[in-house]
Amino acid sequence: MSLTDTLQKELVNDLLLESHEGLDRFDRELLAMEAGGGGSEAMNTVFRVIHTLKGTAGCLGFGRIEKTAHCGENLLSLLRDGKLTTTPEMISTLLSLSDALRGMLRCIEAGGTDGTNDHPELKAKLEALQNPDALPAAPAAVVNEAFGLFEDEAPAPTLPATIAPPVPAGPATTVPNESSTRSSVADNAIRVDVGQLDKVMNLVGELVLARNQIVANTTVFDQAALMTASQRLNSITTELQESVMKTRMQPIGSVWAKFPRVVRDVSHELGKKVRLIMDGQSTELDRTIIEAIKDPLTHIVRNSIDHGIESPEKRRDAGKAEEGLLSLRAYHEGGQVNIEIMDDGAGINLARVKAKAVSQNLITAEQSARLSEREAVNLIFLPGLSTAEKVSNVSGRGVGMDVVKTNIEKIGGSIDLQTQPGQGTTLKIKIPLTLAIIPALIVKSGGNRYAIPQVSLLELVRLEGDQARTGIERVYGAPVYRLRGELLPLAHLREQLKTPPRDSLRSTVDDEAINIVVLQADGRRFGLIVDEISDTEEIVVKPLGKQLKGITCFAGATIMGDGRVALIIDVLGLAQYANVAAAANSRALDLDVIHNPVDQQPRQSLLLFSLSESQQLAVPLSEAVRLEEFTAAQVERAGGQEVVQYRGQILPLIRVANHIAGPAAAPSKARDMLQVIVYCESGKQVGLIVDCINDIVEEVVTVRSDAATNGILGSIVIHGKVTDLLDVPGVVRSAIPGLFDRSAA
Amino acid sequence: MSTTAQFCTFYVDGLFFGIDVLRVQEVLRFQEMTGVPLASPMVSGLINLRGQIVTAIDLRRRLALPDRPADQLPMNVVVRSDDGAISLLADEIGDVIEIDGSTLEALPASVRGAARELVTGVHKLKSSLLLVLDLDRALSLPEPS
Repeated sequence: MSLTDTLQKELVNDLLLESHEGLDRFDRELLAMEAGGGGSEAMNTVFRVIHTLKGTAGCLGFGRIEKTAHCGENLLSLLRDGKLTTTPEMISTLLSLSDALRGMLRCIEAGGTDGTNDHPELKAKLEALQNPDALPAAPAAVVNEAFGLFEDEAPAPTLPATIAPPVPAGPATTVPNESSTRSSVADNAIRVDVGQLDKVMNLVGELVLARNQIVANTTVFDQAALMTASQRLNSITTELQESVMKTRMQPIGSVWAKFPRVVRDVSHELGKKVRLIMDGQSTELDRTIIEAIKDPLTHIVRNSIDHGIESPEKRRDAGKAEEGLLSLRAYHEGGQVNIEIMDDGAGINLARVKAKAVSQNLITAEQSARLSEREAVNLIFLPGLSTAEKVSNVSGRGVGMDVVKTNIEKIGGSIDLQTQPGQGTTLKIKIPLTLAIIPALIVKSGGNRYAIPQVSLLELVRLEGDQARTGIERVYGAPVYRLRGELLPLAHLREQLKTPPRDSLRSTVDDEAINIVVLQADGRRFGLIVDEISDTEEIVVKPLGKQLKGITCFAGATIMGDGRVALIIDVLGLAQYANVAAAANSRALDLDVIHNPVDQQPRQSLLLFSLSESQQLAVPLSEAVRLEEFTAAQVERAGGQEVVQYRGQILPLIRVANHIAGPAAAPSKARDMLQVIVYCESGKQVGLIVDCINDIVEEVVTVRSDAATNGILGSIVIHGKVTDLLDVPGVVRSAIPGLFDRSAA
Repeated sequence: MSTTAQFCTFYVDGLFFGIDVLRVQEVLRFQEMTGVPLASPMVSGLINLRGQIVTAIDLRRRLALPDRPADQLPMNVVVRSDDGAISLLADEIGDVIEIDGSTLEALPASVRGAARELVTGVHKLKSSLLLVLDLDRALSLPEPS
């Protein structure tokens, strides 16, 4: 009894797995046929999928699937034998057949039966299509019906009696939640290349041999043999690690496979013509990441068609081809995967975005006037902002761009949007190859070390001496710090975690420096006070046991170089636990610029540095990506250019003093430690070597441009001192001509 | 006729406990631990077990027994669970012993407290009583109130 039960269960699982894959193939081939490709081979594939599904489902006693598939098979066999030719209507109906079958498969998964919906209207349509002459001319109804993206449940008016009963019988089981569009069975299984599996097996075999060698050595001690064995063990382990990682990798094409269908459905519904180009399907990503980007990508694709690409008439008027272009591109770059979603549509109307944000009280009118183009584009990612002038079926489905951004950031990725009015929009997503290894900042608090993922890290602030005593103020007992004029809510890591002070004899904060780690969680900033800040490190993320799952402050644990365990802080969880990112101000806008107190003149954050004792210079803080220190020994030369190896890339260095005119051009004295401002433009980074980095100030910038010379934009007075504003792009172009032009080409 | 079973035994606060030897992955001396703030007091910390992170549960606290004297280092009994390896901290490790099922008796009704829930029965051995620990219950910690 139990044996047959298990067998039945296994067979059903196989059915689910195969059918989901089969139906995906079915959709793909149908779309290819519609586009004029495919041919008889495609027709055979389509037929075979339905035929197999019918047979298997029948064997396992799923009568509804069998009957529905049978109707489809009849139509397909006529098509295959050339007795009928495909029409767009037919394709639509067949696609809704695959949706209906998917729905029934989901019911099997959820409840063990194939549901209660007999899909009579679909069957009627399939039968009617077999006899084209008798088909009543009602194309409008057909198209509407066939649009299966949203589980159209409207009963066909001709058959009310048969439809009515099943609907109240349990809509919850008939139509499983839309969000679980993919079955869990299909998600939990992975197809691995047999060759890859053989390779892993071979490595495990080698591992066993190496182990035997080492075990043999424990009785007869032979140092040389032990050395060889441990070296072998080392190399086998590394290879095995890589191999296993590789088996977890999946091509991004597995997510993209459903996009032709999405594009077709959405564009048909909106009456737009869209051509989809996909490039780099074989780019591989870790399985967990593939899962995480599936929904955000789908949303972006829908958005691009809905908001980006214009209707054919508008496109014709604008002098563009009627058919819009949507291109997806994926490629590896610098240990990350880049995904670009590009459309040649109308672009984002920034004025409209701003107006919308103002009308929804997300920003004030003055703030909106001061936004740069880039900041305005970023408004798209605010919660509550919809740019669609009318809410269509496609947009406004509960997943806003803010959710897309949060989801991407959750997996350590970043998203960047560029738009050209009238030319189109490009979304660039950067995601790590794997979630298992992430860069993190190591801090100490209460005698323990903690790792903070760098994705959430904004900056580090250290208060010393007087500042440490007076810098932290309190609002109703809640500590805050004025960071460049804004109030930053603070949380003491030691107090939050209720760990004892590192030295109970010394008073906690009064006589020491205070280290504040400025973090960002869910778009809000807060400062975390820690005892000590160590260094950044690549850490391997390990999950916590179920006994510790209830603690939201920790995302996992990792093992440090000395073999001890350190906990990884879940920044969002900690922020919520410490009440520093309360949901109450979720409507508040957290873009840096808007955070500033509203005043009439724009303020700008400036990074002050000097090249010699007497001269002070400044760059806008927004232009500096990071501040770094390198030892003189780290500097290498490449093509006559000073470079350093930096985060796995080669960073060209520019000695700023050599590239600006005037008396400051005296070469700075040789130092052991080089202070470097890392600057980034169009994806290329350069390091600017300066003598000394002084401070960060916020000033109303009124530049006297008559002082402008080579490399200097002008002068301003900061804290009573004349300060030259450095023209960073100008200096970079004069130092390394063509660096950015090359990337632009 | 009766079946025999092998038990891995250990001492906690003078009490003699046993668990099914097949559930035990290994037994280790004291390991460095990293404490987990905010966790249940029954969790002593995290242990690096050859690259795997293992949660250590203090059996004294789990069984509501007095804390171990500060100068006494606990031993680790690493057991397998559905959730990966978990370490139980015991005072001292005993032998692996084979026991005839016939010596098992239910826990006397007079036993109260945490032991009531976590001990499934008592084996009457020649010189001592062996308490059989319900491993799965011992590993699932009560919700912090």
